[in-house]
Amino acid sequence: MKYLSKLQAILESGHFAVTAEIGPPKHASAHGVIHNAQILKDFVDAANITDNQTAIVRISSIAAGVHVLASGLEPVVQMTCRDRNRIAIQADLLGAYSLGMRNLLCISGDHQKFGNHPTAKNVFDLDSIQLVNLMSKMRDDKKFFCGEEIKEHEPRFFIGAVANPFADPFEYRVDRLEKKIEAGAQFIQTQCIFDMERFERFMEMVRARGLDQRAHILAGVTPLKSWRAAKYIQTGVAGMIVPDALVDRLKNAADPKSEGVAVCIEQVKYIKENIKGVHGVHIMAIAWEAIVPEIVKQAGLFPRPVTHHLF
Amino acid sequence: MIIAQQKNIKDIAGMVEACKKVLLVGCAGCVTVCLSGGEKETEILASALRIMRKLAGRPLVTSTYIATRQCDPEFITPLDELVGAADAVISLACGVGVQYLAERYPEKWVVPAQDTLFAGGSTEHGRWDEKCGLCGDCILHRTGGICPVSRCAKSILNGPCGGSQNGRCEVDKDVACAWQLIYDHMKALGRLQDLTAVQPLKDWSKARDGGPRKALREDLMAK
Repeated sequence: MKYLSKLQAILESGHFAVTAEIGPPKHASAHGVIHNAQILKDFVDAANITDNQTAIVRISSIAAGVHVLASGLEPVVQMTCRDRNRIAIQADLLGAYSLGMRNLLCISGDHQKFGNHPTAKNVFDLDSIQLVNLMSKMRDDKKFFCGEEIKEHEPRFFIGAVANPFADPFEYRVDRLEKKIEAGAQFIQTQCIFDMERFERFMEMVRARGLDQRAHILAGVTPLKSWRAAKYIQTGVAGMIVPDALVDRLKNAADPKSEGVAVCIEQVKYIKENIKGVHGVHIMAIAWEAIVPEIVKQAGLFPRPVTHHLF
Repeated sequence: MIIAQQKNIKDIAGMVEACKKVLLVGCAGCVTVCLSGGEKETEILASALRIMRKLAGRPLVTSTYIATRQCDPEFITPLDELVGAADAVISLACGVGVQYLAERYPEKWVVPAQDTLFAGGSTEHGRWDEKCGLCGDCILHRTGGICPVSRCAKSILNGPCGGSQNGRCEVDKDVACAWQLIYDHMKALGRLQDLTAVQPLKDWSKARDGGPRKALREDLMAK
């Protein structure tokens, strides 16, 4: 079977996928994006390009995705519901597909309060689950969100969504994941895992409902550079859980950076070997893209499989 | 009801800087209940403005009136005589009342003393919370009587988002996550199954996005 998306080809062939994340810059040069894409391209199967993450203005996900694609790495376009109404979302996604983007991750988006334009008007014309649903209908039923027929050249994205096992209510997180899969999500990337025990409980419920058979779940991991970063995430970021033991481990380390990398490698190995139903890892090395090859190699995930997709 | 909050007094004084005589018009409706524009607050604002201007060496003459409802022409007409003598009118009503006064007295400088905040109610003494988004298409029967349009920071119809933790919203720890409340309530009612369907796109044309709205009752209109 031929796939339009390399990420989809990897996942559907049963390989353990590796994705990373590239955060576009707060200026108008693609130099850094291209540099990061070149560093990552042989070590990951695709890379998410964040869409104004934490509501800070940056080069757009789609524009940065064009540079990433041209650098030989498959992009995963992120689309938040915060900044665009249903007209702008569809227009931008038609454009993204025309530019060669084949993977789409649908998210609500961080509230603008956290960014550098907290006085902005937010949109949220639709939410992430509706976006997943309507983009899959656009592909499968050839219809715009309003129901009007797309006569030809409908965009055929491989559609993903996110899941956060660390937010509340915990027991509803699996219901909501099911809702996303029901809506059409084909792959799922999770929020950064620091509390492995909670993630395992989450995956138990996921497997009990067979959701791992219906979508490809990629476990999110993040290498931390310092105990302060761990502490900040623990206390300052809603919907994330960092165990004290991890903060202490980084605090007591002689070289916190390499300790952070070691923790991340341990996590990836543990997830791959012990947690059934996980089909890959999504490495979110925030502002630290260059460390990803090291993590991939040491976790035994290099070289990456070769696929026969229609790139 | 409509919840409003008085503007900073310096800003109100600035709007009538050039005036010698002002009329302050309170409202006995919502703003009286939320303690921002009733009789008491109108008199306090009038005396505060007089004191400020006296200290500045440019005394201000004030008169006051409390309309039963500023959003109703019937209760505004008694103002005709008072308005004529004033250089400006300060309305302590919500934005609706200010506009009724401005429309009735087109030759007069009418200014707002309040910021109109939201449709809500009191949750404890001295606190009011937003409860309704005035979206024109009520979905409370699908969300356990809790409105995600106004009470979720992202107006998510298929919530909660990943920022919900310990029942709190990511935007403000003082704000309850509407979707946690919805989940708890639907669970208590044994209706969690109702939350499994993907909620369809909302028709925002029924909200203000469709342009200024009007409500018609033809049976009540003059033939």
